[in-house]
Amino acid sequence: MTELLQVKVVKVGIADMNIVKPPYSIRTSGLGSCVGVVIYDEKKEIAGLAHVMLPDSSLAKSGHINVAKFADTAVKELVQRLVKEGARLIFLKAKMAGGAQIFQFASRGDFMRIGPRNVEAVRKELADLHIHVVAEDVGGNSGRTIEFNSKDCMLNIRTVNKGTKNI
Amino acid sequence: MSFIEKIIPLQLDILKEIGNIGAGHAATALSAILNRKIDMIVPNVRVVSFDEMMEMAGGAEQVVASIFLRIVGDASGSMFFILSLPVAEYFIQQMTGDETFSIDSTPYTDLALSCLQELGNILSGSYLTSLSDFTQLNLYPSVPSLSIDMVGATISYGLLELSQVSDTAIVIDTVLEKDQLFAESIDGHFFLLPDPESFDIIFSSLGVTTND
Repeated sequence: MTELLQVKVVKVGIADMNIVKPPYSIRTSGLGSCVGVVIYDEKKEIAGLAHVMLPDSSLAKSGHINVAKFADTAVKELVQRLVKEGARLIFLKAKMAGGAQIFQFASRGDFMRIGPRNVEAVRKELADLHIHVVAEDVGGNSGRTIEFNSKDCMLNIRTVNKGTKNI
Repeated sequence: MSFIEKIIPLQLDILKEIGNIGAGHAATALSAILNRKIDMIVPNVRVVSFDEMMEMAGGAEQVVASIFLRIVGDASGSMFFILSLPVAEYFIQQMTGDETFSIDSTPYTDLALSCLQELGNILSGSYLTSLSDFTQLNLYPSVPSLSIDMVGATISYGLLELSQVSDTAIVIDTVLEKDQLFAESIDGHFFLLPDPESFDIIFSSLGVTTND
């Protein structure tokens, strides 16, 4: 009996993406400077999550590109897959979390600002596709684990020492 | 094809030896600080996906104390010294002489944090010095940075350079164990992640021709 009540979870690893429909929820763990972006169609009850690591695919130095790794390619690919699965482009909304600064470094290397850069890149890509960001929990200096429920479209965020919240 | 897929067993053995020498010196330093016997497990050199690397450190969501530093100089890379929370607590207690310190009570005192950071500094310093002697390369550590957070959140920083080239990492992992004090088998991890372009530099410094 209890099995029926349990929400099933699809896990997304680093530089990865996936799509779910109820009763599944979708989850990614240990977001630091990475950004977890959820794009969903509320009425069609379909949601996708990408765990983005770097802001732009132009950073790639090798020929083969893992589209889920970069903000620009990940958002495009996720939207394409959602639409293919029946989501309607104009009704898509987004929620995002992550982009923290875990280590405080004295050096000014570009990679030390990677969190905020990832957030900016995801935001820009969503804006280009006219996808509204409904809620976000970004920045700070703590890691996050997020889980999105495709039924009620709530994003649950767990932060070390700061408990959980829903946005 | 990236360097990672081309790596040959001889090169993996060399990397293993690097882990052995580096962590060996670090273990000696740790042993001197704590005045205790520290055991080291023969290092592991593995070619892993990013997710597998998180698993090696206890899983992406596991909260650990990690000290992270960048290596600069002739060759570059990232280094992590990762401790489970009970072990970090024990180290802080030993170093400050304050047996009442608890890792569960946040925020941590400056002294406790500085203590761990200094520990990371000493250990990674001895790791790097021996590595530098062994390879005759000039290697310098950045100021180490400490974080007590999820594995996924911390380790991803060390993967940023690599992630531009590949979806896998060559990780030189050495496990430190303290005899019988903890039930947990894993007490401390040294992860050395050379940047992609550093492999050729390291190998040629040791007289090993790289495969073209």
